[in-house]
Amino acid sequence: MLLIACPWCGERDELEFHYGGQAHVAHPADPEALSDGEWAEYLFVRDNPKGPFAERWSHAAGCRRWFSVVRHTVTHRILAVQSNHPTAADGTKPVTA
Amino acid sequence: MTADTLRRSPLGHLADVLAAHSTGGERGVRLREVPFLAQLDLQLHPHGPAAQRIATALGTPLPTAPNTVTAGGPDDLQVLWLGPQEWLVLGPDGSAPTTAGLLRAALADEPGSVVDVGANRTTLELAGPAARHVLEKGCALDLHPRVFGPGRCAQTLLGKVNVILHQVDAEPAYRLLVRGSFTQYLTDWLLDAMEEYRHPPLPA
Repeated sequence: MLLIACPWCGERDELEFHYGGQAHVAHPADPEALSDGEWAEYLFVRDNPKGPFAERWSHAAGCRRWFSVVRHTVTHRILAVQSNHPTAADGTKPVTA
Repeated sequence: MTADTLRRSPLGHLADVLAAHSTGGERGVRLREVPFLAQLDLQLHPHGPAAQRIATALGTPLPTAPNTVTAGGPDDLQVLWLGPQEWLVLGPDGSAPTTAGLLRAALADEPGSVVDVGANRTTLELAGPAARHVLEKGCALDLHPRVFGPGRCAQTLLGKVNVILHQVDAEPAYRLLVRGSFTQYLTDWLLDAMEEYRHPPLPA
């Protein structure tokens, strides 16, 4: 079981969280210009690194805010947490792996 | 026939059972329902101009520290932190229309919302020297007084059920706000967890 430090609520059990996949997947600037292949790539294809991975989590059973986490996919160690919320003290700069 | 004569609380039919399972003494624990509390969900920017007006209207500031509660005002309102721009305002039965009017007037044209969520949840009150031990059987939070005390609240899981946990007294006494449809299950779970405290402790 992971112990994830919600930027608002502090450390909580993984059970309280919902996983949101890879972080920082940018929406295409001009979606209509994309081919079907490129669109599918944007929708479905994600990195699968062995090592630090920036991903989205939501504190679903708590404050229900989304935030970013950098997790090491081998050790499950959580290397960084970032709220991305406009009223957060830690600002809005993204965390990256 | 008015809505008042028709309304039913989720545990109204079990009041006698809850009382029968409650015990006093050194390892006592009591469970009761506090039905029909006024509940208003408030969303707005915590540092905008409306936040100050609302604090004045309520008679208590909005808590900005996560998972804390402020209380006050003539209606003895409690304001629970639910998120960085979301709060739950609790008041006595029947106070919702007045309080909602105050909040909407104070919010004025600022972006935000005031929604009566009184039908969402009912309130269970678990109190007594063993209350913390009962909760610890199904809640992963550290409820020890050095971490969690009166004036603290948390949204978490208790026996797999989403609850808003609010400590109201150092006895300890807790209030659990739980969705109506989960109330029967959570009550059964709590009564089972309380069972051992009705009997003398086993010899060490």
